[in-house]
Amino acid sequence: MRVLSVSRWLRGAVRAPSGGPGSPQVPQPGRREREAAPGGSCPRAEKVTVDVLDHLEHLALVDFRDSEGVERLQKAIQFADQLHEVNTDGVEPMDSVLEDRCLYLREDDVTEGNCTKELLKNAKEKVEEYFVAPPGNIPLPKLEE
Amino acid sequence: MAAAARGCGGVWCRVWQCGAGGSAPRGQCSVAGSARSAAVPAGKSGLAPWVPVVGLEIHAQISSNSKLFSGSQVQFAAPPNSVVSFFDASLPGTLPVINRRCVEAAVMTGLALNCSINKRSLFDRKHYFYADLPAGYQITQQRVPIAVNGTLSYSLCTDNKMSQMVTKTVRIKQIQLEQDSGKSLHDDTRSQTLVDLNRAGVGLMEVVMEPDMCCGEEAAAAVRELQLILQTLGSSHAVMAEGQLRVDANVSVHHPGEPYGVRTEVKNINSIRFLAKAVDHEIQRQIEELENGGTVLNETRAFDSKLGCTVPMRDKEGKQDYRFMPEPNLPPLILYDTKSLPANMNHQQVVNIDWIHERLPDLPSVKRAKLVEQYGILPEHSFTLLNEDGLTEFFENVVKHTQMKPKKVIGWILNDLLSYLNQHSLTVKESPVSSSILADLLNLLERKEISSTAAKQVLVELWKGEGKTPLEIVKEKKLELIQDQEALEQICQAVIDGQENEVMAIKAGNHKVLNKLIGLVQRRTQGRSNPVLVKQLLEKKLLE
Repeated sequence: MRVLSVSRWLRGAVRAPSGGPGSPQVPQPGRREREAAPGGSCPRAEKVTVDVLDHLEHLALVDFRDSEGVERLQKAIQFADQLHEVNTDGVEPMDSVLEDRCLYLREDDVTEGNCTKELLKNAKEKVEEYFVAPPGNIPLPKLEE
Repeated sequence: MAAAARGCGGVWCRVWQCGAGGSAPRGQCSVAGSARSAAVPAGKSGLAPWVPVVGLEIHAQISSNSKLFSGSQVQFAAPPNSVVSFFDASLPGTLPVINRRCVEAAVMTGLALNCSINKRSLFDRKHYFYADLPAGYQITQQRVPIAVNGTLSYSLCTDNKMSQMVTKTVRIKQIQLEQDSGKSLHDDTRSQTLVDLNRAGVGLMEVVMEPDMCCGEEAAAAVRELQLILQTLGSSHAVMAEGQLRVDANVSVHHPGEPYGVRTEVKNINSIRFLAKAVDHEIQRQIEELENGGTVLNETRAFDSKLGCTVPMRDKEGKQDYRFMPEPNLPPLILYDTKSLPANMNHQQVVNIDWIHERLPDLPSVKRAKLVEQYGILPEHSFTLLNEDGLTEFFENVVKHTQMKPKKVIGWILNDLLSYLNQHSLTVKESPVSSSILADLLNLLERKEISSTAAKQVLVELWKGEGKTPLEIVKEKKLELIQDQEALEQICQAVIDGQENEVMAIKAGNHKVLNKLIGLVQRRTQGRSNPVLVKQLLEKKLLE
């Protein structure tokens, strides 16, 4: 079983039949900097604005709650920004470790279903055999800050 | 068929009534350059013409036994949440497994629409929150869909009598495989939504058309043709009333030569007729809005069939950010053709594009051409035949069992049978007159045993569906043509003897008066004389 570790990846190890050192799927070793320094010494550090925060909360339905939460978010972004250090010019993005596998095609047979009772067992509320949800999409209140 | 023109170049104008200041008559869509009288060119009224732009996004439910990524059944109107698997309900620990039949359906459709099939296509996640989307994302194909760059040809009649048809094409941007969502039933009184996941996970083909259309009529014709193609292929039943074919229209207007205007999306269109109405209404609304100095918002509107207009939809405020990301649980979908097919692959794991191509049935356009060639009917007739479910088979059955020429039979099918069915809202299958009965009737007519008027009378009786044969009705109502030539001659003579003035006029050279005598003979025989024969007999007596 293959274990994908960051260091192996950067060293340009072969991980696919079509890959190999110098192939377009394998990036060149990059300058790996230190861990994210507190306070944001990374050149791309940007303040997370209220608009961005509002947008994120709306999209992902998370609540950053207080300034400590926002700080943590800021730090997380800085840490992720390290990815910009790697030179990926001419490298094809990899979006699935399964890219060299074949997508299994299933026959068109009915093999599942008919488990209404089981599905509804965990539902907090139900009406006849329907799940109950709040009405439509309730708009979130805008952030003050 | 003639080479297709893309887009209609339709130009809409608003004509203001002088001085009235009230609402002006509707603009007209001019098709293929021939402007109708109401369209006013720029300059005369001072108002610049408008060019409407219509693009369509069509979702067709794939006709398959099980869903796209799970083995639960595809079944319309099943008891709530009874055909839902753990994957469809998005329970943790479940994974998508693609249904081979859905892939084949998409390939068939792509080939029928002249698309390039991508031998390697990818799946993505489209994220948004809604109660009927339990996973919080829909698996779709945003980056590399299964088919791209196709065309759809459709025809429009340029007048109401269907005597002149124009062929147009619309470009197909892409076809992608994606999951359907569940159904939400909004209960506003109790402030809650009831969710049924039976439909969640059903396979859909989204057909994205480029904005090459200019009015409701074109949109409706294009969708109708797509519907016929899908039904012919069997990849989708495409019944709009059952939600198997859903159409969203993107509409905008602009002045010729200027950039495209802001577009609105119109949803909740439940039939092809409403599609034409919704599109035309939205075009009109946008023109009015802009001419009154307002702006068109980039919004989603719903078509209200009762009011016949589009209204803003709630729940869709603001632009959505779907945060597309690759679907990590699905490797690329690889399709093969005979050249690229590896030698030892398991058949069941292979979708061969060439194999599917060889087995495509005749598409509607090919069927129509064959009907025209085989039976000598007009292209317009072939359209009507294919448009009504079962009518082609009916027509071909009648032709098989009668001596009457197909060119004459088609008249009876389209003028008599079809108008009766439409009047009583019956389908061909529900027709009280079967193809064999109609064939019998037409045979009586063809053998000159009854006149054409009598045949129509018999047909009226047959519609009652009382089980009588045409011959029985003819005998009952004494509609047979008089075959006895001598008897006919005697009647002709009697009429001649009674109409001295007319006889003189005919002998003097006015042959038109002959028709009056023929009419009199018809009356005497109660319509049971063959007018051609009567004319011959009268002419023989008077002009020789």
